[in-house]
Amino acid sequence: MKRTLSVLVENKPGVLTRITGLFARRGFNIDSLAVGETENPLFSRVTITVVGHDQPVEQVTKQLHKLINVIKITDLEPAERLERELLLVKVKATADNRAEIMQVAEIFEGRIVDISPETAVIEATGPRRKVEALIELLRSMNVVVELIRTGKIAVRRGPKLT
Amino acid sequence: MKGSYILLEALKQEGVDVVFGYPGGSVIPLYDALYDFDIRHILTRHEQGAAHAADGYARASGKVGVCVATSGPGACNLVTGIANAYLDSVPMVAITGQVRTSLIGTDAFQEADITGITLPIVKHSYLVQKVDDLPRIVREAFYLARTGRPGPVLIDVPVDITVAETEYDPSCPPDMALPGYKPTVKGHPKQIRAAAAALAQAERPVIYAGGGIISAGASQELRDLARFAHIPVTTTLTGIGCFPEDEELSLGMLGMHGTRYANYAVTHCDLVFAVGVRFDDRVTGKLETFAPGAKTIHVDVDPAEISKNVVVDIPIVGDARWVLSAILDELKKHQLAVDRHLPWMAQIAQWKEDHPQVVRQDPGGEIMPEHVVRRLWEITKGEALITTEVGQNQMWAAQYYLARYPRQFITSGGLGTMGFGFPAAIGAKVACPDSLVIDIAGDGSFQMNIQELGTAVAHDIPVKVCILNNCCLGMVRQWQELFWQKRYSQTCFECQPDFVKVAEAYGAEGYRVTGLDDLDEVLRESLSSDGPAVIDVPVKQEANVYPMVPAGGSIHEMLEEEG
Repeated sequence: MKRTLSVLVENKPGVLTRITGLFARRGFNIDSLAVGETENPLFSRVTITVVGHDQPVEQVTKQLHKLINVIKITDLEPAERLERELLLVKVKATADNRAEIMQVAEIFEGRIVDISPETAVIEATGPRRKVEALIELLRSMNVVVELIRTGKIAVRRGPKLT
Repeated sequence: MKGSYILLEALKQEGVDVVFGYPGGSVIPLYDALYDFDIRHILTRHEQGAAHAADGYARASGKVGVCVATSGPGACNLVTGIANAYLDSVPMVAITGQVRTSLIGTDAFQEADITGITLPIVKHSYLVQKVDDLPRIVREAFYLARTGRPGPVLIDVPVDITVAETEYDPSCPPDMALPGYKPTVKGHPKQIRAAAAALAQAERPVIYAGGGIISAGASQELRDLARFAHIPVTTTLTGIGCFPEDEELSLGMLGMHGTRYANYAVTHCDLVFAVGVRFDDRVTGKLETFAPGAKTIHVDVDPAEISKNVVVDIPIVGDARWVLSAILDELKKHQLAVDRHLPWMAQIAQWKEDHPQVVRQDPGGEIMPEHVVRRLWEITKGEALITTEVGQNQMWAAQYYLARYPRQFITSGGLGTMGFGFPAAIGAKVACPDSLVIDIAGDGSFQMNIQELGTAVAHDIPVKVCILNNCCLGMVRQWQELFWQKRYSQTCFECQPDFVKVAEAYGAEGYRVTGLDDLDEVLRESLSSDGPAVIDVPVKQEANVYPMVPAGGSIHEMLEEEG
């Protein structure tokens, strides 16, 4: 099962290494990772997606807690979280298929952010499922030249803090 | 004030009066400042010796041990010692020099990324970036090392930081900035009540006590509780001494080389009261058959240890001392009938009678290693502070030197570091100058840090090294004999030094036992002398450690010597 861990950490050098190192040596594969400063510049938010069963995930969470620079960890359930991923995908877009590409981007509420005689770059955001659906469609059209996506970020819905 | 002076002032603030170390290029300013300080510096002969000595000092004293090394190779040589302290939760602060800030990351001379290298084996680490941060970092490092689950903390100090000047007022302690660090001391009241109720109801309870009791200073609380509720106590290797092993309630050590009666008791009990332990594989053997019918209470200061290897029924996160005394208070509210587990105690007494921990004698007249340990115990009246090397010597020491006090038995449990015992003995002797300190050694392990004879002699630290000399790497040889068709690959030494001459060459005393006849006399003489001494005791090479649970086996299925 995929889990989304939202980890609040001190914004200090080396913190990310401590976190990723811990995952590696406890045998966890990080599925995606996103890091950025929070509303308070002293803290950063690390959003990690991992695949794992309850007990090992609980164990790795406890181990994460032991890192001195880790302040808080929230295991966000699907229903309580709002999640986004950002995709930048460069596709073949010539005069022949440009209209089609634009249409696909539009359906996925994406934007064309760069264009050349042979290519276009689509920017799309959304929950992972949506981003993956777009990728799948583009792949089936055989137009993907380069694909770059961020790790997932997530926030808790409603007034309660993540 | 210069960074180096600030660093040493900050150490003084933490109550440091002795450090173990080895100088080098990047720490010259630090050592220069040390010249002006009344901090005792024990110059070891290898940085690994410094780390183990600081570890031994910490375990013997309960204070934070401090070791110092230069950048690059010096720092790298501390690594085994840091890992050793990490695995056994020993409070330690390791201070390493680093190349100057502007050179970091350039593969400069004697540069090693020691914060990176030690990342998985420290509780926390710092690479000092501003001289102004030094007082806070030192304060935090000591606080982290000794609180919660203790462990090693590394402070990597670039050389330019130690020569930089800034304002410093020792009378004004810096604020710590550790927003993510809040160790739990008090156990949850509901869990405490549940634990007390379970203990009161149990018909076949066993206490499984570990090193956490010793580091929490909870030995007295454990004794009070065990005696009040009349519950037998078995300890882990690192828990040895937390409960007097010559007391009736003691079951000795459990696990791979534990006593039969401890392993039987754990297998047949209906309640395991685990305190300051981590259900290590050397203790539990096959997890499925470890205390199969029992309810488990687990007290530990580290929440990550709870339900890591064994899912427990009543977890309690908190300081062992606090929790044990709270449980005892709660237990006193229950009506405990004195005879409530008489059949259980009778059963245990029967196991003890049927499977005693015997001292074997060799029909051929060779010296049996456990006999040496038992004689050491008798001659020292069980009062010596024991350190051990790793392997068979360690197990015989654990089995036959019955410890009575916490911090009396110091051994490398988690990491199993050969070469630990001798430098640890030096550190322990520095911490406890009035104790007789004996390293029960093997000929293999002792040679891993034999150079520390120079340290013991130069600083007049009169520790005794008793080598159970079987001319081989006995524990591996034992496994090869039992499980690898007696293919003794690389475990028998073809050439041994003359340990007596080595000792004498360093200026220490060297003694050699020739046989059972002069064993007692030589032990007495060497132990009562004033100086550091090495006692070479030839023991039967084929002697194995028994009982033994094969790795991954059930702990109640133990091998005994054949014949």
